[in-house]
Amino acid sequence: MADRKIFTAHSRQLGTLLGLLALCLSLWLLTPHFLTVANLLNVAQQTAINAIIAVGMTFVIISAGIDLSVGSIVAFAGVVLASGLQGGLPIPLAVLAGLAAGWVCGLLNGLLITLGKLPPFIATLGMMSIARGAALVYAGGRPISGFAPEFRQIATGEILWVPAPVILMICVYAAGSFLLARTKFGRYTYAMGGNEQATWLSGVNVRLHKTMVYGLCGVTSALAAVVLTARLNSAQPIAGIMYELDAIAATVIGGTSLMGGQGSLPGTLIGAFIMGVLRNGLNLLGVSSFLQQIIIGAVIIIAVLIDAGLKASQK
Amino acid sequence: MPNDIILTMRGIRKSFPGVVALAGVDFEVASGEVHVLLGENGAGKSTLVNILSGACRKDSGEIRLAGRPVEIKNPRHSRELGISIIYQEFNLIPGLSAGENIFLGHEPANFAGLIAHRQIHAEASRLLRELGVDLDPRTPVRRLGVAQQQMVEIAKALSVEAKVLIMDEPTSALTDREIRELFAVIRRLQAKGVAIIYISHRLAELFEVGDRVTVLRDGRHVATEDISAVTPAQLVRLMANRALAEHFPKQKVPAGEELLRVEQLSRGRVLRDLSFSLRRGEVLGLAGLLGSGRTELARVLFGVECSTAGTISIKGRPVRINSPAAAIKLGLGYLTADRQAQGLVPILSLQENLSLPNLGRLARLGVVNRRAETALARRFVAELRIKTPGLWQKVMYLSGGNQQKVVLSKWLAGEAEIFICDEPTRGLDVAAKVEIYQLMNRLTARGAGIIMISSELPEILGMSDRILEMHQGRLTAEFDANAATQERILQAALGHPAGSRR
Repeated sequence: MADRKIFTAHSRQLGTLLGLLALCLSLWLLTPHFLTVANLLNVAQQTAINAIIAVGMTFVIISAGIDLSVGSIVAFAGVVLASGLQGGLPIPLAVLAGLAAGWVCGLLNGLLITLGKLPPFIATLGMMSIARGAALVYAGGRPISGFAPEFRQIATGEILWVPAPVILMICVYAAGSFLLARTKFGRYTYAMGGNEQATWLSGVNVRLHKTMVYGLCGVTSALAAVVLTARLNSAQPIAGIMYELDAIAATVIGGTSLMGGQGSLPGTLIGAFIMGVLRNGLNLLGVSSFLQQIIIGAVIIIAVLIDAGLKASQK
Repeated sequence: MPNDIILTMRGIRKSFPGVVALAGVDFEVASGEVHVLLGENGAGKSTLVNILSGACRKDSGEIRLAGRPVEIKNPRHSRELGISIIYQEFNLIPGLSAGENIFLGHEPANFAGLIAHRQIHAEASRLLRELGVDLDPRTPVRRLGVAQQQMVEIAKALSVEAKVLIMDEPTSALTDREIRELFAVIRRLQAKGVAIIYISHRLAELFEVGDRVTVLRDGRHVATEDISAVTPAQLVRLMANRALAEHFPKQKVPAGEELLRVEQLSRGRVLRDLSFSLRRGEVLGLAGLLGSGRTELARVLFGVECSTAGTISIKGRPVRINSPAAAIKLGLGYLTADRQAQGLVPILSLQENLSLPNLGRLARLGVVNRRAETALARRFVAELRIKTPGLWQKVMYLSGGNQQKVVLSKWLAGEAEIFICDEPTRGLDVAAKVEIYQLMNRLTARGAGIIMISSELPEILGMSDRILEMHQGRLTAEFDANAATQERILQAALGHPAGSRR
């Protein structure tokens, strides 16, 4: 009886996982280049950045919010990190500076929403433009490139043939899942998203926790910026454009409800991989990038339609 | 007896999961008649009205309109048949003008298919004049007072040539003078031959406006009488005809030390100069009409809203309560009138809801001790006999009575001692009500104090030790439960002080 929730949550994720496997199966049949170790590791590596951002996005969406500024925060945190590295900061400190930059942007989002009582859509829409502008101003509009090889290890290194970004992604998901499923903070995130008023009346400091949710989303965006900067060996103030859409898509395909109160990180990870595998497969098949956009958009819509249909049939 | 019957309902049945809302109800209304529908909360008035308005469909029974059987399919169909309803909460769009609201959904169009604003406002003006209302139809609704908005609602109903007009608690937010004006309008509608179904708890006004009255109780038709042939006392008895002692298993406990003292508490014009106290083992009944300030008092005590003057002391110590978190720390628990919207997170599980205010104690370094959490939930499910398939059941799927038990458990688990219960049995069936009353007994036996807000007089009489009456933000009367009767409380609710306090 106590397993009922676990069962339904898992069956939902199982459905998404089956979708992913079906996708992989069809690509395996369609092209010999898909199911190779090198390609799969490549997919994982490419997916890692979006998947890491989607962790914060999942928290935000479970709390019944939205964050449109993640892509711009990636750019801003990236240039802060890069200028720190070029200014001679030790790598850990430069990374911390980048993370702090993302955190501050996220906290500002949170404060605008909780104290300023702005709808999350508007507050983060504003931040999307502000953080982008800040990145451009800070970097003088130019990419900052050329870092020490030790820093590049974050993207190029591997442990037991597994690329470092993939390991980082796994760590972020492990930590995020623990935070979401096992801690007070995670529980309050679900509760706020399910019914903010009732949560507040239960004595929960909703303002504080909601602000922290957006702060967390800023931090995961900044983490993604660290990986991206190391991989490109360059921080670009125009990096991360449209990343918010990929992160939201991964979260929603993974079964997190935009109404709040429902969702899980394993689901989001599968969602991110569906996006990643689809992109990779379409490239391997030589589908034009214009056509790819149409296909990806359609997949997002179909995934959510199936989910809505399943939920309606449960009632 | 009226002979021009326009609407007849025969043997109407309707059940919801776990509740029989209507068990074969008969009802009729004649053209030009004001037929009052009377009953306690949960008696089936709203369900009956919702079937007429098309908001829900009957399970069985027959509806005839002007002699012809009809199946009301949906709200639109109901309107097309000439049935209009004015809910307690108005359905007006604040940004649109009065005239635009009146014709919303059936706007007259000009030759080009565009909305003919001039025609709208001319027509609206005519309708409002017919009602004897002096109101410019160009005024945006958001600038109108409650009474004027109501007139717009009535005009809106007339704009589709309503033959049957249903009014749900139309006077609940009006001043005395506005009520007079409303009654004048109702008489004009009567003269035009409109049949009016009038729902209200305020007995006094029924005698002024009604022709006949039908009393419902527990989903059954109890009586239909000419208003001139009954007295208020008879109606109260018909509404609540139960052996009070049987359904209210009140167990008295000797009152102990003082838990809560409120002195000269005010909040703007909503709460004015309230002073009272609550002792251990006591149920303090808070009676009064909707809008008398009862819920606002609860919200101020629980830190949801701030007081503007006065002091609150708990166990002899003055306290400041500026947030629900502060109230909970001081040992208060709040059962809100709307469980789904304020008391619970419907999408989360029973266990998660129960532990929500108690996570601080269930977690170490921010990590929730799941074993302790499950143990807590299991304990209260057993202790309060919450019927659920499991601790992980989402509370939205529990019945109303079990939901209320979950809310109560939230506070019990935190060892609250002062309970504020706002309409604790609203919408529950009789068996569930009795269970809640028994739980209240157990709380008082353990030394808790309960402030019980209720619109159901029998409940107030049956479960309270002392009764306070609120009227327009003031305490107007205080009764000892033994000395109180329904009639005396009703009088006090209508603004005639009958108790020991002024």
